[in-house]
Amino acid sequence: MTSAPVSAATPPRVVLVTGVSRYLGAQVAARLAADPRIERVIGLDDREPTGQQAAVLGDTVEFERADICTSEPARVITGRRVEAVVHLDIASGAGTQPGGRAAMKEQNVIGTMQLLAACQRAPDLRKIVVRSSTAAYGASFRDPAVFTEDTEPREIPRGGFARDVLDIEGYVRGFRRRRPEVAATVLRFAPLIGRHANTTLTRYFSSPIVPTVLGRDPRLQFVHVDDALEVLHRSVLEAHPGTFNVAGAGVITLSQAVRRAGRIALPVPERGMSALSRSGGGLGTTVSLDQLDLFVHGRVVDTTALIDEFRYTPRPTAVAFADFLRGTGSVLPGEAIKALEQTILAGIRQGRAALGR
Amino acid sequence: MTEYEPVPDVWDRRVAGALAFLRRRLTGEYEVDEFGFDPELTDAVLHPLLRPLYRDWFRVDVRGIEQLPAKGAALVVANHSGTLALDALMLALAVHDEHPEQRHLRLLGADLVFRMPVVSELARKHGSTLACNPDAERLLRKGELVGVFPEGFKGIGKLYRDRYKLQRFGRGGFVSAALRTGAPIIPVSIVGAEETYPMLGNLKSVARLLGTPYFPVTPTFPWLGPLGLIPLPSKWYIQFGSPIPADLGADQADDPLVVFNLADQVRETIQQSLHQLLALRAEETEAEF
Repeated sequence: MTSAPVSAATPPRVVLVTGVSRYLGAQVAARLAADPRIERVIGLDDREPTGQQAAVLGDTVEFERADICTSEPARVITGRRVEAVVHLDIASGAGTQPGGRAAMKEQNVIGTMQLLAACQRAPDLRKIVVRSSTAAYGASFRDPAVFTEDTEPREIPRGGFARDVLDIEGYVRGFRRRRPEVAATVLRFAPLIGRHANTTLTRYFSSPIVPTVLGRDPRLQFVHVDDALEVLHRSVLEAHPGTFNVAGAGVITLSQAVRRAGRIALPVPERGMSALSRSGGGLGTTVSLDQLDLFVHGRVVDTTALIDEFRYTPRPTAVAFADFLRGTGSVLPGEAIKALEQTILAGIRQGRAALGR
Repeated sequence: MTEYEPVPDVWDRRVAGALAFLRRRLTGEYEVDEFGFDPELTDAVLHPLLRPLYRDWFRVDVRGIEQLPAKGAALVVANHSGTLALDALMLALAVHDEHPEQRHLRLLGADLVFRMPVVSELARKHGSTLACNPDAERLLRKGELVGVFPEGFKGIGKLYRDRYKLQRFGRGGFVSAALRTGAPIIPVSIVGAEETYPMLGNLKSVARLLGTPYFPVTPTFPWLGPLGLIPLPSKWYIQFGSPIPADLGADQADDPLVVFNLADQVRETIQQSLHQLLALRAEETEAEF
């Protein structure tokens, strides 16, 4: 960890952030632009930021419209003397993509390849930060309960996103070999959650009836969006080469999460779930194969390395989830159940008192 | 008429407690650890379900519970038998009910357990996790009591005629876990589980078809169908032996010679203790007549 070149520890002057037309990219870019230690922040995306994202980016982030799957980013990185690249243009689900899974794979795999190729030739580059996911650990019944960064996946996962993540991390490994003097940080995020997050999982927990896999109650972990932003920010300003799990400590099971959210779980046999995911969903939600793997196996990671290296502790999973719940309504509110409990208890006491007299 | 005042008698507390328990379960306001262990569910539901089997059916006689530490890590290593791994559940209940600190034994189970829907989740909620070194060491580093059956399927899947003959202890992964964490090994011998489902034969072809490690034929199974799943009411003894220290240093964990020697020592200790317990059981049975 201490073998990083001295230059990586000083904040970069010019930073390029990919995927700024989406929530995470816009937030990261705006926050970097607001930091006086950084001179310029360039935001890259293949579509113009709209609405909220455009407002967040404001005019402090210089927007460059370029398709990450081409050699255009190379021109920007070399031409603008970019010193740090933050790669966030990674799609976790095909649902929001116009081109479906093919476009998602193109963006994730080819996009990362092109971007890293451009980085490899960039003379001023000192640092890259790549968004990855805890899906990199795959899903198998022979997995340990808690993954540390050095756990190798036992089986190739069935989900498209998880496969992409494995490819992306493979390219970063290649990049590290070819440019060892560039500090490369890979952040394996647990599913992001928070009041303003809009992801496949937050949409899932927002529908009144949520399908679960019959006979499975996976252990889940989340990371709060604000903690993810903090870790990304520190990765750019400080030097933290290596691969790190980013998750909130502790675990909640899916059944617990569903109950805390006041939703109604609908257990479906696993075969039915995979059919559902292939048919593109029903019940108001889409369940991808990535989610199916998560809902069968669960996924818990160790964050000791992150806490030791970044001196930062993300808020616990349960706290992050509670913050997300503040932004959603509830079908079975906890207060109603509590009131029911009191009513029943009072009824029994009165009944017993009447019988006793 | 006066306003009703609740009398805090025992039934009132029980009703209120049960309702509060139901409310916590319905609203998800309980804690599980990173392995999925749900202590509230274990103490309130799973253990009470197992207790009649433990007390009235197998009449488990526990000896040497004081060998378990009051707190801190230890690796509990026991013989494995009885077709279905009832011995693991009884051992966990013995540790909880007989130990003054009511400690929970964190069992290490085969991957088959975690492959099966429902069973896998019950196992996790009961505190079990997959038998693998990362999990065993993580639990021991957290100061837990960890229970392991190094014979694995070779133990529970053996024929009745091989009863109380300890099978091979695999690669001794449990010894490496103890060496890496410095946790003492507590040898445990269990007598009685062999007779619960005396396995007369093993239909290997059926097992291959079902994807299970063995398919047992007992005097009652599969002939009586689900009734054949009722275990025979054998009298059980669980003997905890004196701890075998494993603080030789973590660097010894990769030395196969050290690992096999220590594994052999544990195996011999359990085997000898089994013979003594069997002799004791024979005496006690005779005394009853």
